[in-house]
Amino acid sequence: MNKKVSVYRKEHFNAAHRLHNPAWDEQKNNAVFGKCNNPNFHGHNYELDIKITGEPGADTGFVIDLKFLSDLIKETVLEKLDHKNLNLDVPEFAELNPTVENIAIVIYNILRSKIDENLDLQIRLYETERNFAEYPAS
Amino acid sequence: MLFLTRIEHFNAAHKLFNPSWSKEKNESVFGKCANENWHGHNYELHVTIKGEVSADTGFVVNAKVLSSLIKEYVLEKLDHKNLNLDVDFLKGKMCSTENLAIEIWKQLFPHLPQGVQLYCVKLYETQRIFVEYFGD
Repeated sequence: MNKKVSVYRKEHFNAAHRLHNPAWDEQKNNAVFGKCNNPNFHGHNYELDIKITGEPGADTGFVIDLKFLSDLIKETVLEKLDHKNLNLDVPEFAELNPTVENIAIVIYNILRSKIDENLDLQIRLYETERNFAEYPAS
Repeated sequence: MLFLTRIEHFNAAHKLFNPSWSKEKNESVFGKCANENWHGHNYELHVTIKGEVSADTGFVVNAKVLSSLIKEYVLEKLDHKNLNLDVDFLKGKMCSTENLAIEIWKQLFPHLPQGVQLYCVKLYETQRIFVEYFGD
């Protein structure tokens, strides 16, 4: 029988951002991104769900130590993103549009190498209550 | 007398930074909220009015009318904006949730229909931090 279990850790961060393609003119940016193109930025309370899937260890009963996971997310993701301007303060977005999609991918790439490769990792990132992205898509 | 509340949302950037203080003092008092490049929030706004229920309509106020007022006098000015840079009624003021709630009250108060009183502006900055202003 498949003994795999998914465990989740929820975190939050608050950040400013702007959606903008520097290769386009102002008109096209406004047409595509609308209000999200405000050159003075706007912001969100992002809600981050980290999903780890694997079999509980025989010794601990854990799929993953959630304290370890929480500390890892704080040190490598929240320190980088919380109370920051994603476009100006975060090197990963120097040339990447900080859409909820791209932020989810960036967070995945930060965490993947730091988590046991035998465990599956999925990121769900809420930009608002109604808009969220999942990576990798299942 | 009945209370009616309309809930709206807006997404905005801001920073807590007193321009008459040094950078060190701002960071000491406001912590991460003093980031000079701003950060942001999904604000949740609850506007509560009070009044008598009309015999004709069964309404205290038509919630669509209240929603339109909030859109015109508040959301158009705040949604997807930088509160420190883009908002005329916040110029020269600290962009704290407290001040924002007070200023939202002032924006709405003059435009309410007759017989309807503004009772409370409740503003969530995050799920855990909110203010209530009852007008003084």
